Amino acid sequence: MRLLLALASLRRNRARTLLAVLGVAIAAAMLLDMVMLSTGMRESFRQLLLSRGFQMRLTPRGTLPFDTEASIAGATAITDGLRARPEIDLVSPVLGASVHVLRGDSSITTFAVGVDPSAQGDYQLASGRDATAPNSFVANDDFLRATNAKIGDTLRIAAGFDPQLRTHSGERALVLAGRARFLYLAAGQLAIAIPLRTLQEMTGAAREDRVSLFMVRLRDPGRIPDVKRWMRSALPAMDVISTADAMARVDERLSYFRQLSAILGAVSLIVGFLLVTTLVTVSVNERVGEIVVMRAIGVSRAHVVQQIVLEGTAMSVTGALLGTGLGLVTARYLNAILSRFPGLPAAIDFFLFQPRAAWTAIGLLTACGVLAGLYPAWRAASLPLARTLREEAVA
Amino acid sequence: MTVLVRARDVRRDYPLERDAVHALRGVSLEIVKGEYLAIVGPSGCGKSSLLNLLGAIDAPTSGTVEIEGRNVGTLGDREVTEFRLKHIGFVFQRFYLLPILTARENVELPMAEAGVPPAERRRRSAELLRYVDLGDRARHRPSQLSGGEQQRVAIARALANRPSLLLADEPTGELDARTGQEIISLFGRLNDDGTTVVVVTHDESLARAARRVVHMRDGEIVQDGVPHG
Ligand SMILES: Nc1ncnc2c1ncn2[C@@H]1O[C@H](COP(=O)(O)OP(=O)(O)O)[C@@H](O)[C@H]1O
Ligand SMILES: [Mg+2]
Repeated sequence: MRLLLALASLRRNRARTLLAVLGVAIAAAMLLDMVMLSTGMRESFRQLLLSRGFQMRLTPRGTLPFDTEASIAGATAITDGLRARPEIDLVSPVLGASVHVLRGDSSITTFAVGVDPSAQGDYQLASGRDATAPNSFVANDDFLRATNAKIGDTLRIAAGFDPQLRTHSGERALVLAGRARFLYLAAGQLAIAIPLRTLQEMTGAAREDRVSLFMVRLRDPGRIPDVKRWMRSALPAMDVISTADAMARVDERLSYFRQLSAILGAVSLIVGFLLVTTLVTVSVNERVGEIVVMRAIGVSRAHVVQQIVLEGTAMSVTGALLGTGLGLVTARYLNAILSRFPGLPAAIDFFLFQPRAAWTAIGLLTACGVLAGLYPAWRAASLPLARTLREEAVA
Repeated sequence: MTVLVRARDVRRDYPLERDAVHALRGVSLEIVKGEYLAIVGPSGCGKSSLLNLLGAIDAPTSGTVEIEGRNVGTLGDREVTEFRLKHIGFVFQRFYLLPILTARENVELPMAEAGVPPAERRRRSAELLRYVDLGDRARHRPSQLSGGEQQRVAIARALANRPSLLLADEPTGELDARTGQEIISLFGRLNDDGTTVVVVTHDESLARAARRVVHMRDGEIVQDGVPHG
């Protein structure tokens, strides 16, 4: 009966209830987006870093992967040394470089990674074959679009360009073997992968056997601290970054995002709270007479409070559910905008949907709705009966 | 003869900013089971104040009100609310039905509050609506009923939990003469069927229908007896 009464009261002023529910829905959507934003980027980075199972990265001291032209010499020896460790399951040496696809007078510049195709963690083959042959390579869709190349085509690719002499060096004819999706690239960036040895020869890195970084996979992630300690002493010229270290850095950089989303989330909660309080107050004031008559004929104070609180709760729950849908749609839209953020891997999501985020948003708003109804409900249920009846009869 | 209500030297002051309004200045009254009592008097003489005390809606400033042997002035809010629910039926000048509920749901409301099971509620609300000649209007909302019909639904609601005392404050106050007459005869029928009825009114014909009339002036009872004329 109380639920019936609560719903009936909400139906009495349909347009107003609808507007309030809409307002709550917008607050809920905002709240959900903020919860998704504060946890999503971090989680998405973590998933990306672990997507190929490599838990550790070794880079030249003082650099981040591909951050600078810095590279490290003697790669084969280091690779062999790493592979000899029983805890280490897989080692992937990677060389990063800029290369030029030559066509007549012009050229197209693309990013290239030199990898060991059997142990790489930079891309996923989408179609065709992997770049196992020394004179083959795989490319991403952006590259294929820019060059109009098809699988099986042979392209002339040079590693160096002398702007004074306008000549290219380290030129090779390479066969496009397959199409690949690169994990760590920003949207729109052209990329190809070439066997490590070939790219080293093209760029001149072969002389000293240079690479830009190593990615390392352990059999047992629990051994990361041990292996890290060993690497630090055995390879003093390199920085060792585990996924956890990288996450700590990401966290540090994301703390602004988290503060921002906490504040905006709190603001939307407050807006939702005020909206429900206002609406419940207005609706209670309209029917003071009815409420007092209910009390006079013997409806308990607790039941009057329950019924009014139920109204606020029904409104906020409906709003929160609607808002979840709305929040997911806006999150997707905002995500699409933000993933074009320069310099970030396209695979990074700013807004990542996690059921916990939705439950958090719905739960917080529902609690808000209950609290919002409590004060006006208690006030209405505590009106002095005789006096209010008299005032209402005069009105 | 069982005494149902006993008011002893009841006073009710309403504090104002400086002094106070002395709405009741020492009223004593006994109401016996099965009585049909009208309280009459000029506007502002304290009729509603007295009725509110008799119905445990308000507490006296001094003196005591006993209903069915219980001093209702000493009960807490929870107990007095439950007492009203189970022992007293109220009819107000304005009909004050819940506009969002149908006639039947309005009548069921006090029964739901008292924990009467739904099937029994339904049966009794149908019976009560038939009793007030609105058997065919159960599904109508107050806005679809005339003033007299709404007041009859309000009377059915007041009877829902079989109260020992039915109180009505100017029940015909907002009705035209002919519709008022229907309500008056309904009260007569209720009293004939055994309900104790107390009405506050300045409607002569309603007062004449009662078997006992209490005249009030300036917060005091000035005459108490059978109606004349
Ligand atoms: N809540 C109140 N506050 C102040 N004065 C009141 C209040 N209720 C009633 N009164 C005063 O008490 C007197 C009696 O009122 P009431 O019992 O309503 O009279 P009646 O019902 O006979 O017209 C009036 O003078 C009225 O103004
Ligand atoms: Mg009055």
